Amino acid sequence: MLKNLLSRLMQSLLVLFVLFTVTFFLVKALPGDPLQGDKAMPPHIKAKMEQFLGLDQPKWVQYQRLLVNYIKGEPGPSIRLEGKPVVEIIRQSFPVSLQLGVLAMGVAVTVGIPAGCLAAARKNGLIDTVSMSVAMIGICLPSFVTGPILAEWLGRKAQVLPALGWESGSPSTWILPSITLGMAYAAYLSRLTRAGMLETLSQDFVRTAKAKGVPGWKILIRHCLRGGLIPAVAYIGPAFAGIVSGSLVIETVFQIPGLGRHFIKSIETRDAPVIMGVVMLYGTLVIVANFLTDLAAIWLNPRLRKAS
Amino acid sequence: MTPEEKGSSPWRDAWHRLRRNRAAMAGLFALLIIGLICIILPSIKDFLHNPNHTELPSRNLKPSSEHWFGTDHLGRDLFARVMYGGRISIAVGLITTLVAVTIGVVWGAVAGYAGGRLDAFMMRVVDILYALPFLVIIILLSTILQPMTGKLTEWAVNLFAGANAPMKKLDETRNWVEPLTTLVPVFIAIGALSWLTVSRIVRAQVQSVGSLEFVEAARSLGLGHLRILFRHILPNTLGPIIVYTTLTIPGVMLFEATLSFLGLGVKPPNSSWGVLIQEGANFMLTNPMQLVFPSIFFAVTLFALNFLGDGLRDALDPKAAKD
Repeated sequence: MLKNLLSRLMQSLLVLFVLFTVTFFLVKALPGDPLQGDKAMPPHIKAKMEQFLGLDQPKWVQYQRLLVNYIKGEPGPSIRLEGKPVVEIIRQSFPVSLQLGVLAMGVAVTVGIPAGCLAAARKNGLIDTVSMSVAMIGICLPSFVTGPILAEWLGRKAQVLPALGWESGSPSTWILPSITLGMAYAAYLSRLTRAGMLETLSQDFVRTAKAKGVPGWKILIRHCLRGGLIPAVAYIGPAFAGIVSGSLVIETVFQIPGLGRHFIKSIETRDAPVIMGVVMLYGTLVIVANFLTDLAAIWLNPRLRKAS
Repeated sequence: MTPEEKGSSPWRDAWHRLRRNRAAMAGLFALLIIGLICIILPSIKDFLHNPNHTELPSRNLKPSSEHWFGTDHLGRDLFARVMYGGRISIAVGLITTLVAVTIGVVWGAVAGYAGGRLDAFMMRVVDILYALPFLVIIILLSTILQPMTGKLTEWAVNLFAGANAPMKKLDETRNWVEPLTTLVPVFIAIGALSWLTVSRIVRAQVQSVGSLEFVEAARSLGLGHLRILFRHILPNTLGPIIVYTTLTIPGVMLFEATLSFLGLGVKPPNSSWGVLIQEGANFMLTNPMQLVFPSIFFAVTLFALNFLGDGLRDALDPKAAKD
């Protein structure tokens, strides 16, 4: 068990290393020059800047330096934002993105899992048909369609909720972005929960419990929920990865000052250190989420514990 | 003996199962209609308005017999734009899926057939790629590949029109070649990361088929590995490949639309459904139809593909009961 976890941890570190290497060379391969902004820069200043940023060194040396810096936790300064450290940029904008992601995940779980359970409990019934159709719509309508529509209806027309922006002090600005981002994942989760619950409900021990006269809701919650949630929980890791990238879109739609906007901007201006920092942060998040998902799967499924 | 009783092949059984699945058939029907009108209508000369022709006095018109979906913020005919955009979106969906499925099938088949260390290594690569933040990497990749499009366009125009063709012919060829060649980075970037699930499925299938007796027989006949793998094993795994191909298309189309929405995929004045939705979202206040029509087409297509994919999975799943 412990050995298994350790090897997973080693694998995660390996993934991070590969991600670092791949991203480094991808960023170096980006066309265009970050120092060549709107105005042409005099050559001697440009040479000074390159020296300061270490861009005059061979790529291999740059790679080693940056790797050491990343291990120390110092990603270095941004090129375009006048030497502002990447860490500083992340510290300012990441909390917003994280909050958005966590809230969206909350929406997905609190809507998706109960809906899936209900649908499975009343298979082919009205609730099942309605919730699964709604889920399909949720999957097929991308967030960049639902976002503007929700902002228009609830934000501008009905004036119920703020249509744009994100204020850390006022929760009413959080609602629309989180719902928009969480909706598609709620839909996926409900489908997975339904499938998992149906699988568990068809097993022998459920029949035994029924024969013993255990009430239906009790069978569902006490006997089946744990086993039935396995596929849904296994999806939460990848879903978190999707939510992280999904927030790129949501932050654009609702004009939220999060990390995603910085990422898009840094791609446009070829600001290599910022791109690098954001990709590594996202990668770490995804890896941590996957690791936690594995832990949860082991906790839910005793058979995995025995196998390892 | 009536012709129906002549015995049935697995494919025929699958088709029967699929035909009974109403959602899947509706999906198939919707796809055929959308696909046909998006491909045929733009090819009929002068049937559609020019999708890029701006006419400022007649902007934001309501739907009418002249402009079926109305016009957009620059007075362009929305119906024509949705059709031309659909052509691009469908092309992206199909070509990118082809890229992804080809990589996935070859990768998974080789890993499953070879086994041992090579298999372990190849699957570890898949694990690592699974753990990457996809959209972020796709954005990076497609940006890196952007500079190649200029040369590629020239090359393709020369290829199709001939180098010494008259100016008019060159322009005509460029008009239909350019929207596709400017998208090649998107094809490659999305395709390079969308093959993972397919490779896992194919590997599992190849492993299970590979242990059957007829493969043993082929081997004892002295056939080469490549021949055994591609002629004897892979055709028997076609069912799952078809299913996951169908289910890959909507994911890929969603990626393309997301990229275009963020301004990193299809570039104006060319359009795809993603671009149209983005424009529509920007001008939603003045003309909601500009958001509604492309969104409906896009959502219905995804809807249909998902239903068809689910139906195909039920129909082609070897474990499905033969009832």
